[in-house]
Amino acid sequence: MQGIFTKYEPGPFFDEMFSSGGEVRPHYRQLLERFNEMVPSEFDRKRALAERSYLNQGITFTIYSGDEGTERIMPFDLIPRIIPTDEWALIERGLTQRLTALNHFLHDIYHDQRIIQEGVIPGEIVRSAKHFRPELVGFDLPNNIYIHVCGSDMIRGADGTYMVLEDNGRCPSGVSYLLENRQAMKRVFPRLFNRHAVRPVDRYPQELLAALRHSAPHGKPDPTVVVLTPGVYNSAYFEHSFLARAMGIEIVVGPDLVVEDSRVYMKTTKGLKQVDVIYRRIDDDFLDPTVFRKDSLLGVPGIVEAYRAGNVSLANALGTGVADDKVTYYYVPAMIKFYLGEEPILPNVETFLTSVDSDRKYVLEHLPKLVVKAANESGGYGMMIGPHASKDEIAKFRAAIIADPRGYVAQPVISLSRSPCYVDGAVEGRHIDLRPYILSGEKTVIIPGGLTRVAMRRGSLVVNSSQGGGSKDTWVLDEGGLPC
Amino acid sequence: MLSRVADACFWLSRYIERAEANSRVLDVNIQLILDFEDQNGGTAKQHWEPILATLEDQELFNEIHDGISGDAVMDFVTFEKKYSHSILSCVSHARENARMVREQISSEMWEQINRLYLYMHSGAARAAFIESPIDFYRSLVDNLHSFQGITDATMTHGEGWHFLQAGKFLERADSTSRVLDIKYHILLPSGERVGGTVDSTQWMAVLRSCSALEAFLKISHGQITSWQVAEFLILHDQFPRSLRFCADRLNQALHSISGCERAHFSNEAERLSGMLCSSLDYTPIKTILAEGLHQYLDRTQLNLTEISNALVKTYCSWLDLD
Repeated sequence: MQGIFTKYEPGPFFDEMFSSGGEVRPHYRQLLERFNEMVPSEFDRKRALAERSYLNQGITFTIYSGDEGTERIMPFDLIPRIIPTDEWALIERGLTQRLTALNHFLHDIYHDQRIIQEGVIPGEIVRSAKHFRPELVGFDLPNNIYIHVCGSDMIRGADGTYMVLEDNGRCPSGVSYLLENRQAMKRVFPRLFNRHAVRPVDRYPQELLAALRHSAPHGKPDPTVVVLTPGVYNSAYFEHSFLARAMGIEIVVGPDLVVEDSRVYMKTTKGLKQVDVIYRRIDDDFLDPTVFRKDSLLGVPGIVEAYRAGNVSLANALGTGVADDKVTYYYVPAMIKFYLGEEPILPNVETFLTSVDSDRKYVLEHLPKLVVKAANESGGYGMMIGPHASKDEIAKFRAAIIADPRGYVAQPVISLSRSPCYVDGAVEGRHIDLRPYILSGEKTVIIPGGLTRVAMRRGSLVVNSSQGGGSKDTWVLDEGGLPC
Repeated sequence: MLSRVADACFWLSRYIERAEANSRVLDVNIQLILDFEDQNGGTAKQHWEPILATLEDQELFNEIHDGISGDAVMDFVTFEKKYSHSILSCVSHARENARMVREQISSEMWEQINRLYLYMHSGAARAAFIESPIDFYRSLVDNLHSFQGITDATMTHGEGWHFLQAGKFLERADSTSRVLDIKYHILLPSGERVGGTVDSTQWMAVLRSCSALEAFLKISHGQITSWQVAEFLILHDQFPRSLRFCADRLNQALHSISGCERAHFSNEAERLSGMLCSSLDYTPIKTILAEGLHQYLDRTQLNLTEISNALVKTYCSWLDLD
């Protein structure tokens, strides 16, 4: 009988499971043995089981066509991605270092701006960042924590080195998929977990709640914490309600909240109840129509005033978007040296700033070979992958860069590492990335692994779910958990 | 609890109960007709008309369908998306409300309603309906009963649960009154007398659609008369679908929400439900029939609407008054 891996071709990429010589990597050996005992029909059945469970639980997003919405699940691949203990230890140290530096940076630019005065980052870069909020300069936050929840996207290049591709310090999403993927795997392959010592991930909601409680104004001992969602029609609503449920706290929409005397209250059946901490899954721009976008119906009028009065905490804080700016990203290694006096543990991807004359010249000459990204977009939008782009698209980005050099960065095309994925009855390599979730509260906590996103289309490098990406379970092996 | 959440629990429960009531009525009507002829036959119209008569949206039906037939009415009440109280719409509304309060209800409750929603929108539901409408409606009722059982067994019996109870019993009282009213709209064929075979078959159908036939027969000693059936479905104090029982549970739920003692009231909804309970406790069936069954049921439905409005005003939209 032929196993599903018999014909697998790792190809000219860094493959997570097989070495360049075609040998299975030691931390995947047991898994390969187990999977090779399975025939495609068994695998298909398992996959149908997993998909049914996502559908029944309503872990779906809606595609609208005509007047009717169809619910789809995010593609889920059954072959887990495995990270050995030592690699994870490195990632953990590197990300902790990185988030610590980012929180220092945000505090600094909203206070003394030492990093600008000492010439490490040009002041103009910070001031022109789309999400810099000058109105918050001088404002003090509980414990000086700005980014409570960070999702940093990591990739591995041709030699397998882990690199940070971007930091998401506003409202990173996807953690519910990480948790549900693990549940699905346990349901479908209960016996696999007996053989591998896989670190559990289910503490995440409790760790998140602890970080949120830690951020309460004036160290209030038993704060009321809520999740603020744009509403049931938001594509991430499942995640918002999932987290609220798992933390045992209320989920609210804008109209559930009112501001009186610079305090935020929620409307309950027994009257108004004060809210102390808001885990908001609404971007700054939509949070308060009296301060930011006037047309926002999702927000709470007056909430920024209550925030500035120190009566309510927001997680993440207002103004963290400046750290998501892809031009700021360029300076993160410098920030690490400046604030912590340490060498960066995890490298950035080589980046060209089109606002710098020499870089811009190089970028404009090499557009078909580069990835160009808008500095303030996310979700795979505002991006051009040179080798895959049409002439028109390249021309469009060239014009955009010339018109707004500050608005773009460019990077070499990294052929992301690949992981075997089960596609149409056979196993094929697909490009992947990794989004770990980092919490900063009393201490920094990273849930083992993260969300491994998969570019499901053959050859594609785009892993975002809004662009047809899927995901797979991510295992971090316990110390001594190496098989054989 | 959040006012919006209370509102969603209340309506979630009402929609579930409404879906169940619709399924029962259709099931029983098919059986009733099959006692006489096939469901699209010559006199079928007069059996399906009363069902339409108790719906709020007859105009919509007339827009969509050319005339009254069993298939048309069943399709309308079961699958019509434009009709906001079709079974399909009720299940969809219930699920929308459940989605809004997912962190309040148990995952088991959510999965049950979500499975039902996915089923109702699938080809499998249509196929089952065509294969055997009776089995189809029964399995729907079973699924909705499962939801009630799961709710009782997995959700904390706190404030949210009391709002679910209030919605359930308010809607159930309304449904029972509508089912009784269907009989008022059914004309007896000429030559048939009140108390004759057809008349009592029809009353049996009314009882069946409230799952009340067996319970009723235990106390009626084989006799089925209009006043006995009306008395049972309106005034019995222990049968779980009678108006009196439902009003009592509604009143209990309202008092559990506020924490106010049963003999007192702390808001308009409690005052109105207390009055309805007293009237059901102390009014003999004679008085009800003297007023006219249809008139009495109409008035009761109005009372229930007032209680519903008062509840929403007290707990859910109290801040929206300005």
